[in-house]
Parts: sequence; structure tokens; C-alpha cells
Amino acid sequence: MTEIFVLAEHRQGQLRDITFEMLTKARELAEKTNAEPVAVILGKDVREHAKNLAEHAKKVLLVEDAKLENFNSEAYQRVLSHLIKEHKPILTIIGHTSYGVELAPRLAASLNIPLATDCIDLAFEGDTLTITRQMYGGKVNARATLRHAESYMVTVRQAAFQAQKPPTPLNGQIVEVPSPLTEEITTKRFLEYVLPPPGGVDITAADVLVGIGRGIKDQSNIPMVEELAKMLGGVLACSRPIVDKGWLPSDRQVGTSGKTVKPKLYIALGISGAFQHVLGMKNSDLIIAVNKDPKAPIFSFSDYGVVEDMFKVVPVLKNKISELKAQKA
Amino acid sequence: MELVWVVGQKIYENRWVTQFKTGLRERMCLDIIVCVKHVPETAEAELKIDVTGKGIEKAGLVFDINEWDDYALEEAVRIKEKFGGTVTAITVGPEDSESTLRKCLARGADKAIRLTDPKFAGSDAYATAKILHSVIRNLHFDLVLTGAQAGDDGSAVVGPVLAELLGIPHATMVKKIEFSDGKAIVNRELEGGLEERLEVKLPALFAVQTGINEPRYVSIMGIRKAMQKEVKVMGLADIGLTENDVGEAGSWLRIEKLYVPPVEKQAEFLKGSPDEIATKIVEILKSRGLI
Repeated sequence: MTEIFVLAEHRQGQLRDITFEMLTKARELAEKTNAEPVAVILGKDVREHAKNLAEHAKKVLLVEDAKLENFNSEAYQRVLSHLIKEHKPILTIIGHTSYGVELAPRLAASLNIPLATDCIDLAFEGDTLTITRQMYGGKVNARATLRHAESYMVTVRQAAFQAQKPPTPLNGQIVEVPSPLTEEITTKRFLEYVLPPPGGVDITAADVLVGIGRGIKDQSNIPMVEELAKMLGGVLACSRPIVDKGWLPSDRQVGTSGKTVKPKLYIALGISGAFQHVLGMKNSDLIIAVNKDPKAPIFSFSDYGVVEDMFKVVPVLKNKISELKAQKA
Repeated sequence: MELVWVVGQKIYENRWVTQFKTGLRERMCLDIIVCVKHVPETAEAELKIDVTGKGIEKAGLVFDINEWDDYALEEAVRIKEKFGGTVTAITVGPEDSESTLRKCLARGADKAIRLTDPKFAGSDAYATAKILHSVIRNLHFDLVLTGAQAGDDGSAVVGPVLAELLGIPHATMVKKIEFSDGKAIVNRELEGGLEERLEVKLPALFAVQTGINEPRYVSIMGIRKAMQKEVKVMGLADIGLTENDVGEAGSWLRIEKLYVPPVEKQAEFLKGSPDEIATKIVEILKSRGLI
């Protein structure tokens, strides 16, 4: 039976959420195409993970090797090439994560398998694979087809599919595959994990966050917005570009490469709403967004939206809050 | 990287470069290739789908060097300034992308190459990597830098595929590059603020993440100098590929249709003057007990 591979992603002893998101989608595709969802796990001492995956897939391919203790795309490429050549899956699904982007393009090129990255949806129409992905920072969606082939590969965006458990555990068969790695990988070696420097402010603990993005324009505008955050008893957070520019320390960054927050109030100022940021804040209790672009994706994730220049709204808002506080006092 | 007996003067790029240090020592000297892309700035622009339904309307958009590539270029120039060597900027694109190469030259690149051909139209990231490879394989390099992704298609594919074609190791999402004993030590960005450190043998390709450095501003002098430098232009006939390797025929992915994402949930818009809007926000915050 044809198979659909899902590469299980794990780090520091934990299976990552995207693994189960991919398995959910793989089961759905497998049902429609009469294929079998197969989880593939590479690592050292990952048998427990394999048992867990077996509940979500019809089969688990388990490759254990001390050389696979930490993720190394070179080692993964060699093992996966071996498995893909052997099994000829109709599709291999990998996460569009830091590991996935390191591995998938090179693996696909080496095997001459068509690849689409960062997909938010997938569907087979006959034996043609149609995918949906975003362009221009999420402002445009593209529907695209992959060049016709016997085997395809995709990387999928985090949280694009909602992870679900199968109605009854699948009790998939765990197949141990001897590691094809005969020698040490010397071109690229994992050394260590580097933890983020301990920051002064824990934005995950704040009830109120005022998040700033590119729309802040200049570092000199930050104090004006920080004052608003303080008036609301909150702290300042930001999207990636602000940290890249060095205007705020990385512990203020909200999103996939920063923190996931869930405050009572999140005010997004000049943030367009790239999915990387949205994933970090969409579960806030109340979201108010101010952006000049009426089509900014952030408005799809906000309770209230203001299409206006933040520099016109923020000063007036601060005045109103001061007045209110003066009345109360 | 080369081991040289450094004495007196050495001819380098038709210029006399005086070397003051003498004696046998290991000299880091890195020839770096930076792949750049000319893309529209869309972060704060409202986009419209064009008549073909497969692209966006480009009129009115400002084009510039891809943000990730900007950091890659800066990193290349910093490495050159520290260790010596050369920086060559390469792009695949039509004539208007020359301004991005001029910017690279103004910021410190020594040479620039533009690969262009009507047959390249419709090339996806895979075909683009093949085009870049066909030229880079004939150049001397110790390091190839690319951006981790491009702001237009966001594929994150060109760098690692190019590394595969060149047969050199690579790392993506790179936040720091150091050198030690002829190897590179790089930090890669993982999720949630975590990074990993890798040791990678040279020559290697690194796909650079934003925030790795602070790109410099271009000086007027730099722009003047850049205008005098030559941009080498090459087409399909010059690079040893066939029509089937490039364009749609040589691509993995074919765009069928672009559309503005459907709105699943929409914010309730607060309208009026800034004063009226602020009043409404205050009311909302009051009703929720937030002030």
C-alpha cells in the first residue's frame, strides 16, 4: 500500500506539537487516497515517542542511532533518503520549522522530489498535489500545483492544521529500521543549545501588553507608547522587526521565535500580523489592533480594529485615560 | 583560507595591497558570494492581484533588496573587513534588479553579477537555485551567504538547495557566524528564543536570519564608487543550462491562482475621528474592568 510519511519532530525529549498536526492531516489525506499514514522517528532512545506515535499512525518507522541524538540535517538527510528510496511514499510531510527548513529543501533536491514549503493546505486531485501557501507576509494566498511525480514532499506551517486524536488509537505497528549511518557526520556537528539570556521583564506574566511593530517607525517613538502601556498597568511587547533593529531586547518579542502570551488585553500598534507573530498572541482575552492598512492580517485576529495612524490615536487615548484616572482620584 | 608567506606587497585585484605583517602565519582570507533578490516592499502596502490572477500589481510598489538578503550582505562585508577577501553579489532578475546590485556594491561588495533571460520567467526557488549554481560553481568561494527566505514568496528553499547542488554543508536561520580552525561556528535560531550552535566545515553556505547584525547605511561616497563598478550580465546561453532546467519547465511548483485570503473572523472596526476612536477604546476597556 502506498504510504504518506510524516517526520516526527522532537527536541530535548519532547515530541513537538506540529508532529500531531501533521499526522492529523496525513490521516485525512490517506483516507482519501487509499494510502497509509506512517510516522517516521529518528533519534536516540526514542522508543517511548514511537509508542506514542503508534496511536496516531498505521505504522511507525523507528531509526535509533547515537549519531541521531541531536537534530543534524546531514544525518537526517541520509536516513530519510534511505527510507524514501525503500518505501517510495507518495508524500513526505515535514514541519516548516527551524529543523524542517534546514532539512527538506536539500533532501528534496538530492532525491529530485518536487517540494512545496510552508503549506497551509494540501489536497490530492487524482495524482496531482495541490497546495495552498501564503506570499507577501500573509497578504496573499497562492494555490499551486507540484510538478507531476511519483513522490512529493511538503513542509507545513505550524498550527495550520488542528491536531486531533483518532477516534480510537490506531495501534500502528512499530517497525525498527537499522540505522543506515555507517560513519560519523563530520561536515556539520551539533555542539550545544543556547538558551535565551534571562530578561528583566517577563511578558508572559503581564495582564496588559502593548505590542509594537514596524509602524512605530523610529526608536525615538517608543517611550510615547511605553507610557501608554504603563498607564494601563502593562508592559511593552513587540514583533520581530523591533528586536532585529535592536530597539527592544529579545525577551519582549511575541511570536514563534519569541514568547507565547495570553494577557487580558493586547493592544497591537503598527503590527501587520504575520502568522509568526499571531501564533504568539491570538489567544489573548481581548485584542485591539491599530494599523493604517485596512487589509492588515492582524484585523482577522482582533476583537476591535482601528484603521488609523497610531500616532494620531495613541496621544488622544493617553489623554482620555489620564482624564479618567483624574476623575477617579 | 590559505597559508601564505606574507612579505611586502602582493598584487590583488589590480591594486597594490601592502602587507605589513611578515612571517609564516595562517591568514584567513574569505571569498564570499552573496545571493540577493530584488523584491517589492509590501509590509505596509495594500496589495492587489493582477489581471493574470497569478501575480500582484507591481505599479506603485517600491522595490528594494530582500530584507533577509540585506543582513546576509552586511554579514559578508563585515567578514571581509575583518579577515580580508572579496564579496561578490549575485542576483537573478530583470534589469530593474540592477539597483539592488548597485546597493550591494555601494555597501562594500566588490563585484556584481546579474543573471537574466526571458526564459527564466516562471522559475520557482528550485529553478532559481539551479541558475545560481550554474554560475557559482565556476567561481572561487569559501562562503556562500543567502537570506533565510525572501519577503515575496517566503519559500526558504534557494539556500539549502544551492548548497546541495554545490556539494557543500549548510545551515539556515543563522543568527551568528564565527570562525575557528578553518571551520565556522554558527548559531541557528530554533523556536521560542532557543538557539543551537553548530560547527560547519568550510566552504559552506549559510542562510542568514534577520537581526544577525545591523545593516549599515550607504554613504554618498559608496554610491558614487558603486556607479563606476561593472555589473556583469549573463543569460541562459552563458551558464550552461537548457530551457528545460529553468522557468516553469525546470520548477517544482506552478502557481495556479493568487487570491486575497478569505476573512474568517473580522475585527469590529471602531470608526470616527481619533478623539471618537479613543473614547470608544476607553469605553471598551472600562466595560472589561481593564481601567
